[in-house]
Amino acid sequence: MNGETKAITNIMVVGMGGQGVMTASEILAQAALSLGYDVKKTEVAGMAQRGGVVTSHLRFGPKVLSSSIAQGEADILVGFEPAEALRWCGYLRREGVAMVNTLRQPPPVVNMGLYKYPDDPIGQMRAVGVKVFDFDASTIAKDMGEPRLVNTIMLGAIAGFLPFPAETLKEVIVEGFRARKPALAELNARAFEAGRAAAATAATVPA
Amino acid sequence: MNRLAEAGKNRPQLLSGNDAVARGVWEADARVAAAYPGTPSTEILESLARYPGIRANWAVNEKVSLEIAIGASVAGSRAFSAMKHVGVNVASDALMSQTLAGVEGGLVIAVADDVGLSSSQNEQDSRYWGRFAHLPILEPCDSQEAYEMAKAAFDLSEQFQVPVLLRVTTRVSHVKSVVTVGERVEHAAKGFEKNPARWVLVPSVAKRRLGDQAVRDRQLAAYAETCDFNRIDEGTDRRVGFVTSGPAYLHLREAFPDAPVFKLGLGYPLPIERIRAFAASVEALIVAEETEPLIEKELRAAGIAAHGKDILPATDELTPNVVGPAVRRFLGEAVETAEPIKADVFPRPPTMCVGCPHLAVYYCLSRLKKQINIAGDIGCYTLGAGHPWNALDTCTCMGGSMGMALGMDLGRGETDKDKGIVAVIGDSTFLHMGMPGLLNIVYEGGNVTVLILDNRATGMTGGQEHPGTGHNLRGDAAPRVDFGKLVEAFGVRPERIRRVDPAEMPILFKTLKEEIATPEPSVIITNRPCTLIDCFCKDTPFRVVEEDCTGCSNCLNVGCPAIQVVRTGVKKMAKGQDVERKWVKIDTAACTGCGLCQSTCGPGAIVRAERVVAGPGAGAAR
Ligand SMILES: Cc1ncc(C[n+]2csc(CCOP(=O)(O)OP(=O)(O)O)c2C)c(N)n1
Ligand code: SF4
Ligand code: SF4
Repeated sequence: MNGETKAITNIMVVGMGGQGVMTASEILAQAALSLGYDVKKTEVAGMAQRGGVVTSHLRFGPKVLSSSIAQGEADILVGFEPAEALRWCGYLRREGVAMVNTLRQPPPVVNMGLYKYPDDPIGQMRAVGVKVFDFDASTIAKDMGEPRLVNTIMLGAIAGFLPFPAETLKEVIVEGFRARKPALAELNARAFEAGRAAAATAATVPA
Repeated sequence: MNRLAEAGKNRPQLLSGNDAVARGVWEADARVAAAYPGTPSTEILESLARYPGIRANWAVNEKVSLEIAIGASVAGSRAFSAMKHVGVNVASDALMSQTLAGVEGGLVIAVADDVGLSSSQNEQDSRYWGRFAHLPILEPCDSQEAYEMAKAAFDLSEQFQVPVLLRVTTRVSHVKSVVTVGERVEHAAKGFEKNPARWVLVPSVAKRRLGDQAVRDRQLAAYAETCDFNRIDEGTDRRVGFVTSGPAYLHLREAFPDAPVFKLGLGYPLPIERIRAFAASVEALIVAEETEPLIEKELRAAGIAAHGKDILPATDELTPNVVGPAVRRFLGEAVETAEPIKADVFPRPPTMCVGCPHLAVYYCLSRLKKQINIAGDIGCYTLGAGHPWNALDTCTCMGGSMGMALGMDLGRGETDKDKGIVAVIGDSTFLHMGMPGLLNIVYEGGNVTVLILDNRATGMTGGQEHPGTGHNLRGDAAPRVDFGKLVEAFGVRPERIRRVDPAEMPILFKTLKEEIATPEPSVIITNRPCTLIDCFCKDTPFRVVEEDCTGCSNCLNVGCPAIQVVRTGVKKMAKGQDVERKWVKIDTAACTGCGLCQSTCGPGAIVRAERVVAGPGAGAAR
């Protein structure tokens, strides 16, 4: 990532209500704040708990003005769901990367047959030139015994693309658990590393 | 020591605009704060309730919340009320008159406009209230300003003895940014001074106060010219200068870092002379305001040439991607329009939660909808207008279903002659504004079946307490309204008051049909809690026995998001015709065990996922 040359880092976290989109972007924001960056982060607009589309814009740098990331300006797109990643991939800049959890979550309107789930959302993103890393974070989380680890795994996966050391992000996550749920601190540290490892081997077939 | 009070005193912290407003209100030593929840303002009071030394409480509606704050102010306390934009409509009766009497202790009203309409029924611009009610308006652009202005608003209010509006928008309320906070400054309550010539607004008093108000208007206008919350960013590119307020300021700075900008922190009254001088220093003046052209028109009326809505949209946010191209085009610059990536993705509308107690109600209504007209209201149950139920015919305002249902009954056309009229309203909404409407239904003997969905929460805004939940904002036990007794006292005949467990869907369905057929006011009260709240507990979940599922997809009409299609296909029926089939599974981890889908499954393919130990209340055999 060119965090050194570009003043502001723009990260978009997307998914659906209940997936932990806000938690992920909050942790990233706290990590950036701990390093002395100016930070702006959008909270949920609308009805997050009702399974709708959820996005969070996170911007940090020496001085952040608008809290809104414009189309074509995100450095990183964290997609908790492949179709949601596809929906928002236009926000990525040319050199940006998308990190996508491959578990599909079709909404009721798809289940009812009113709309079709895209056959290959990741392929569609690649076809228009998006650099995508995709892997099954949900299965990794389940195998580690706690489905809610998806969040930490996704953060681990993007850690290598941030303009600050991965360790800083890991610290924030682990410290957070130590303070609130110490029993889960170690497990989350491992999940973070699992995410890093997954990203390192995830496919990035160029367009 | 209160953790929140001590938090971050010496270091910058990330606060949402709502949390920042709460901090400012607390530091100003407001003693009383009242609100009714409403996106995007809800978290202000939730945050305030965690501070010491302030009585934060949920009111039944915005009007009462403002009246509580007015009363506290009149008693000499600093007082605060918060509401979403449409809440001011409800509170406006109190507001429009109290502005004449003015305030004693500082009175600040935070109004959160849903610019961009992420979760409201309209996008009205609260800055009109400043003009209408002769009030100053402060307009923060981010959390730091939200904190500072909330605190300063109390001084301003006391200086001019006027309620002050703190106007935030979704992009202030729900954006976290870095804030450095300060210390609480004590302001003891002075005590009420009897003064009927001021507090008793009979015509003679009000008439005199009108004159005082005109004086106050002039004083406020003079103050605006010197107010430090209004400031100019000089800029170097003088082809165009902007007048703006709120978060639009940040969007503009982002899009035009070199342009001169007049930032209004005091959004009303306008510092006309300062703006006149500013306008003279730039080649063209553009007013960038969210959303209606208020400043623009007032500048023109003062003889200042200004562009505004001829260039910029009058709805939604003025984000950099909106103002940037629009103003560049105005400047005659080439605007490159990058072809956006076309991602044709299905919509993912918000829908009811897994196991929501409203699911059964809408399943039943969707079966009956051809025979009835359904007046809806505002809450999670408004989602019943969506798929798969499509069983809500109107939704206008909080409590509106009651009066509208009566009107639909009284104003029946030929085509509705034999139809039932059903009104659906949530418990919080019923207490907010529904009660008077129901009383009218009873008073007029309207042929309306009212469904009060008592889920013991203000669900839509996040499950807040209300007088029907048994708890208050601070978590203390509180008396709980008995809806049955309440409507009986209104005059609904006891036989027509039906309490139903929505999980017993067949009974609910039968009850609904009976009451629709009865030509008099009737009330059905459902009683299952919202799945978001503490007192909700899960039952043993269900699963689908794959071999037994015939793919009839009846259960999909329930609309529970835990029911997922695993495959689709066509099945030849006995008579040879092809029928669409959808075979399903249940996400057992998500399923709350409500059992609703089971009662729609003919072949009995839906069973409890694990055997529960039989015992009292272990409802394994539902
Ligand atoms: C005047 C006004 N105040 C507040 C709101 C915000 N709001 C929308 S729905 C709702 C309450 C919903 O609670 P309830 O009626 O109990 O239904 P539930 O969501 O629990 O099903 C509120 C407060 C509004 N839309 N309008
Ligand atoms: S029992 Fe059926 S309707 Fe109820 S929560 Fe489970 S899947 Fe949803
Ligand atoms: S929040 Fe409560 S009332 Fe609203 S949809 Fe979910 S379960 Fe139903």
